[in-house]
Amino acid sequence: MSKLKYFLALNRAIREEMSRDENVVLIGEDVGESGGIFSQTRGLYNEFGELRVRDTPIAEGGFVTMAVGAAATGLRPVIEIGFGDFVTACMDGLVNQAAKLRYMLGGQVKVPLVLYTFSGGGLAAGPQHSQCLESWFAHIPGLKVISPSTPMDLLGLFKTAIRDDDPVICFLGKQLVGTSGDVPQDTKDYLIPLGKADVKIEGKDITIVTFSQMTPIVMKVAESLKSNNGINAEVIDLRSISPLDIETVIKSVSKTGSLCVVQESQSPCSVASEVISKVVEYDSKILFKNPLRITPPFTPSPFSPNLENIYRPSQVSIESKILKLFQ
Amino acid sequence: MTKIDSTLAKTLLEKLWEVRLFEENTSRLYKEGVLPGFVHLSLGQEACAVGACQALQESDFITSTHRGHGHCIAKGADLNRMMSELYGKETGYSKGRGGSMHIADVNAGILGANGIVGQSTTLAIGAALSFQTKKLDNVVLAFFGEGASGSGAVHEAMNIAGIWKLPVIFFCESNKYAELSPFDVHVPIKNISDRSKGYGFKGITIDGNNLVDVYSNVLEAVKLARNGNGPTLIEAKTNRWHGHYEGDPQKYKPSSELDEKNWDDPIIKFQDFIKKEKIISETEIDKIKEIVDKKIIEAIKFAEQSKNPSAEILLEDVYASDF
Repeated sequence: MSKLKYFLALNRAIREEMSRDENVVLIGEDVGESGGIFSQTRGLYNEFGELRVRDTPIAEGGFVTMAVGAAATGLRPVIEIGFGDFVTACMDGLVNQAAKLRYMLGGQVKVPLVLYTFSGGGLAAGPQHSQCLESWFAHIPGLKVISPSTPMDLLGLFKTAIRDDDPVICFLGKQLVGTSGDVPQDTKDYLIPLGKADVKIEGKDITIVTFSQMTPIVMKVAESLKSNNGINAEVIDLRSISPLDIETVIKSVSKTGSLCVVQESQSPCSVASEVISKVVEYDSKILFKNPLRITPPFTPSPFSPNLENIYRPSQVSIESKILKLFQ
Repeated sequence: MTKIDSTLAKTLLEKLWEVRLFEENTSRLYKEGVLPGFVHLSLGQEACAVGACQALQESDFITSTHRGHGHCIAKGADLNRMMSELYGKETGYSKGRGGSMHIADVNAGILGANGIVGQSTTLAIGAALSFQTKKLDNVVLAFFGEGASGSGAVHEAMNIAGIWKLPVIFFCESNKYAELSPFDVHVPIKNISDRSKGYGFKGITIDGNNLVDVYSNVLEAVKLARNGNGPTLIEAKTNRWHGHYEGDPQKYKPSSELDEKNWDDPIIKFQDFIKKEKIISETEIDKIKEIVDKKIIEAIKFAEQSKNPSAEILLEDVYASDF
C-alpha cells in the first residue's frame, strides 16, 4: 500500500486507462494544459496530446452530447463537469441521449462514457456550486451512478467505470479532494465492481448508510457513539448509487434492527428514500425502530459558512438525531 | 457542374421515389389509424435527403431529426425494417422500442433519427470527433432544421466544430416552419447560412428542391471536411408540404401553400432535368416508380406480418453490461 490523495487517484485512474486503451479520451473545460481547478488533470495533456485531451468551450450541453455521439462511434470519453450543479446544463445529453440511445436504437450502439463532477458543500460555494444531485440520475434507467469516498474506491471504481460499456456518472466529494488514503502499489488493473457497498465499520446496534463526503463524518459519529454511549453502529458506504447494493444494507439491518441514512442532498425522492423503501419492502419486521433520514433541510445550500454549517449534516447533528432513536 | 450519368440518375430517382412513396403511404396508414404514436413527414424535402446522402460514402455517418424517414432511406436503411418500426413490430430497427423518431442503422452509417430538436448536430460532432481522433478520413453530415438553429445545442455544436475543424457538414433543411411557427417568428435574419461566419467556416444557401444543386454542394463540403478543412454550413431552402405532424390542421399556413398545385416538387424538377438532358428515357423513369411502388407494398406487408414485440424486448438493451 501507498498513500495517495483523492484528486491524484482520479488523475491516476484516467492516466492508467488512457495508457491502456487509446480510445479513452478526456473532454472538459480546462482539462488540458492548465490541469484543472484542483490540478486533477495535471500532466495528461502533455502525455496524451491535443487529440485525446480536449479543452472545450464553456458549453456543457454541447460537449456532453458530443461525447455521447463519440461513445456511440467507438471512443470511450471521460468528461469533466467542474461543479456538480452544472449537470443541469447537460441533462438532455445524459438523460435523453446517453441513457436512451442503446435502448431506442434497438441495441445497435453502446455508450461507454464516464462523466465526473465535484459535488457537495463545505466550501462556502453558495446555492449554485454546492448541490448533490445524484438521485436525479439514479432515477434514470440506462445510467449508472457512483460516488466514492476514498482514494482507493475512487481509483478502483473509476477504472471500472471507464471499462464499463454503459454511461456512468461519478459524483466526487469536493471536500475529499485533498484527503489522503491507502491505495495498492500496483493499480494498473485495480478494479472495484460497480454496485458493491463497503462495510466501513461493523456494529450490532444501528446501520448507518451513507456515501461520498458524508462517509468520513459518519465514521467519526460511529466512533463517538461507541466510546461515549456504548452504541455500536455499523457504517455502510454505498459507493455505488445505481446499481444500489441493497443486499448489504438488508443483511446489516437484519442484524441491527435499526436504519439511518445520512446524505448531503435533500430528502424527498432521494437515495435515502430509496434505501429505506427497499428495506421496508423487503420486510418491515426487520426494523425495530422507525427508519431515519438525516439530510439538509428543504432549502438551497446557503453561502455563509455559519448557515452552511447549520444546513449540512454534521458530526454533532447526526449524533444527536441518532441518540434520540435510542432514548 | 457535377456530372449526372444514367446510373447515378437512376439511383437518385429511385431514392427520391422511395422517400416520396414511403411518406405518402405512412400518411395514409396514419390517417387510417393503423400506425400508433405520431409521425412527422418529409414530403417536399426529398431532394435534400437524397442529394445530401448521395454525396457521402457508406462508411460516413449521418445524424437525423424527428423528421428523419427520408434521411434514413437516402442513406440506405431497409424499407421493411423501417416500416416495421413504424408499426411498432419486433422486426423493426428498434424492435418496436423507438418508433418513427428513432430509426437507426449504424452499419449503414445512420446514427439515428432523434426526437430532441437540435441534438442531431451535437451527436454529429461526437461522431466527427471519433473520426478525427482515430485519424480516419470519414465525415459526418448532420441534418437539422432552421427551427433547431435557434437552439443552444446547434450553436454549441457549430462553435466546437469550428474550433477543432471537425469533419462535419451541417445541413439545414430550411423548410419555412419550426413546428407551427413560420420562419419570421423564430429567425431574425434571412439566411441561416449567414451564421457560419460566427464560427469561422463557410456557409451557403441553396435551392433544397433542386437535387443536383444539393448533391454538388454537399460533394464540395464533404471534400473540404474529408481533407481536414473543417465544417460547412449548408442551408437548403425547401418546403414542408404537410404539417409539423400528421393530423396537424396547419391553420398557420396561407391557403396558397396548402394547395398542391402550388407545391414546388423536387421530383418533377429532377425528372424534367433528366428528360431535358436526355440522361434516361421516359419509359425508364416510369419503370423506376413502378419498382418502388412494389417495394413499399412489400414493406407494408412485411410490417403487417411481423410479430408484436414480446415482453422480454421491453427489458433488453437498457444496459450493455451487467446492472
